[in-house]
Amino acid sequence: MVETAATPRVPVLRRRLLQAARAMTTPLLPDDYLALLNPAWSTRELTGTVQRVVPETDEAATIVVQPNAPWPGHRPGQYLRIGAEIDGIRHWRAYSITSDPDHPEGLVSVTVKHVPEGRMSPWFTRRCDHGTQVLLGDVEGEFLLPDPLPERLLMITAGSGITPIFAMLRELQRRGGLGDVVHLHGTRTREGFIFGERLRALAREHDGYRLHEQVSSESGRLACTDLDDLVPDWRERATFLSGPREMIDAFEAHWQDHGDDPELLRTERFQPVIGTGADGAEGSGGTVRFLVTDVEATCAPGVSMLVGGEEAGATLPHGCRMGICHTCVGRLRAGRLRDLRSGEVHGEEGQTVRTCVNAPEGDVEIEL
Amino acid sequence: MSPDTGPSTATRPDTVGDAERPSGRPFDPASHNPLHRLTDAQIEELGERFQAIHDEVKADLGERDATYIRSLITFHRRLVALSRIVLMASRYPPAWALGTTGLSVAKILENMELGHNILHGQWDWMNDPNIHSSTWDWDTASTAASWKHSHNYVHHTFTNIVGKDKDVGYEIMRVDPKQPWEPRYLAQPVVNVLLMLLFEWGVALHDLDIEAIRKRRKDPKVLKRELKGIAGKAGRQILKDYIVFPALSGKHWKKTLVANATANVVRNVWSNMIIFCGHFPDQAYTFTEEEVEDETRGGWYVRQLIGAANIEGTPLFHVMSGNLGYQVEHHLFPDMPSSRYAEIAPKVKALCEEYGLPYNSGPFWQQWLMVQRTLLRLSFPGGRERPKPGPYVAPDEEPVAEPTVQGHAGPIPAFP
Repeated sequence: MVETAATPRVPVLRRRLLQAARAMTTPLLPDDYLALLNPAWSTRELTGTVQRVVPETDEAATIVVQPNAPWPGHRPGQYLRIGAEIDGIRHWRAYSITSDPDHPEGLVSVTVKHVPEGRMSPWFTRRCDHGTQVLLGDVEGEFLLPDPLPERLLMITAGSGITPIFAMLRELQRRGGLGDVVHLHGTRTREGFIFGERLRALAREHDGYRLHEQVSSESGRLACTDLDDLVPDWRERATFLSGPREMIDAFEAHWQDHGDDPELLRTERFQPVIGTGADGAEGSGGTVRFLVTDVEATCAPGVSMLVGGEEAGATLPHGCRMGICHTCVGRLRAGRLRDLRSGEVHGEEGQTVRTCVNAPEGDVEIEL
Repeated sequence: MSPDTGPSTATRPDTVGDAERPSGRPFDPASHNPLHRLTDAQIEELGERFQAIHDEVKADLGERDATYIRSLITFHRRLVALSRIVLMASRYPPAWALGTTGLSVAKILENMELGHNILHGQWDWMNDPNIHSSTWDWDTASTAASWKHSHNYVHHTFTNIVGKDKDVGYEIMRVDPKQPWEPRYLAQPVVNVLLMLLFEWGVALHDLDIEAIRKRRKDPKVLKRELKGIAGKAGRQILKDYIVFPALSGKHWKKTLVANATANVVRNVWSNMIIFCGHFPDQAYTFTEEEVEDETRGGWYVRQLIGAANIEGTPLFHVMSGNLGYQVEHHLFPDMPSSRYAEIAPKVKALCEEYGLPYNSGPFWQQWLMVQRTLLRLSFPGGRERPKPGPYVAPDEEPVAEPTVQGHAGPIPAFP
């Protein structure tokens, strides 16, 4: 299967009518014929129209989108898969949502940093404009503010890693949670600090929000060893970390080796660690029968169906290989699975499941 | 996160030939079969050159192709909607004729240029889940899943290998003298007509793998699931064409029912005629299992090339036949968008000429009558392989007449 947009919410009555009308349109959906009259009448996929593209810095822009169906909602810190067709081919990327959850006009925005060699980010920052159609995927992500809000917070960000933290700071401001927040941000130049102006203003207005800008072109990168000077009580603060992979690895190691409670550190790396799941149990492993490809694979404990299948010689669809894009999904026909991210054992016949983050728990049959 | 989705079902063996290893293929420069006239090195070379044609088109796919398939999908849906609306007035003969024609054309387009080709994964590169082999379903009795197995996998991988490709006679007919004769083939002339009229149902049952069921080799669990799938699909098709739409025509429901049945039969006959012209005309070669033992990717390409036959026709004919008039190109590159076959045909012909291979092709009626002759002959015992055409030779280019002016002593060149 291929990466899909989210399914719009449809009122019950309308859904029942559409269901009944399928008798006339099978194998197509009534939506396919309604779309001939007006593409926005199709409820097959959640789409959106770009309202405006707001430049944030020379290299970053915020893409403001009006969803074509009511926005299902999100929490600050979560990300959105957003898709667009470029030269006849659909592409998808995940970006942190930077709009407030209850925007009065129902708008939603993501902030994109221009990566010159990338495919999607130059398209967003340079080519898309008012009126461009985009596809909206599911809102995902577990990088969230805890409830109740912690009394003392530490935010550590660098580069475009600021985006989920910006959304959280707005949330903290709304909920009066800026009592004691220290924010360390690493940026190459002062002008290149995405949302810099707004965060500096926030720091002026709120005594409890202290912003430290580490300009690497002047005084070097933010290092773990700076923590004791900048935030002497860092060990006791609930900490949110978002930035490049090397930075996250370094700070995570520092928390492990020198912190009091590694649990206090939460990170956003856009690359979920695929391993044995939260409970540490690896599961039993098992066999997977790929019904369409006609291949049977044996997976050791902790090995995903995708990897096992490929090792057995099957050519299987895949995309991100980390549970985001849904390219690898197939319909489960029999058996139980273990989610390699959470450790949860699940699986019902007929369910579509991602082969890249699920391992068989015993014998499994999948339509792929 | 850029998805790298290959074709949904592998149709081409990935083994690249080991030049050191002697293949099971009998090499014979004097053989009448072009496959055996080629050396191993030539076959490998051909494989690479065919692959290059494929890769060049694949790299070039884009906006133009996406626009083509989307326009055709939109056209099909409009035609269906209009035809169904016109058929509400089926009690008036002109409305009946117009609606039935529209619906027949729509069903043909949907099955051939859309369904068959999308289910092959020809448009999977667009990454659009609404035009994708994993999600598409078509307006015919067979289910997409079982079709993808029996057609994309079995037929396109084992093309024309007698005993392995179940499309050689569809397990109910004798279309090749290599198939042993049985008394049941005496009924072939009747079976042929019935299959033509009821083609969609024949295809749906064929997908089940009748032979495996007869020999009790089929997993009963799988069989049960497939039967359930077919029953569901058939039920929805019958409900739509023979209950819901006739009911919407009120008192004159019978006229609409007959119109819908006619459209289904027209589609059945047309697709049967086109599909039978793909592999059963005299020019196409069939193979034994021994001949293709240890086949390399190059060998696979050559088998596809000489095992299929094209139909010559206008661009409209090619769209209405799902570009299966380019059966040769389709078999070489089953996952290439069908709209590209006409563009690559000259390159395929050039390779045929260079390597002394045939390029099987002929006008529609000639090809179809050849098939009918074979079907009649082979319903009786015996029969021999029909004579095959020689290597492809490009027709001489028409000499371009220079513009001349008539002078009193005869024509003189206009531009001396």
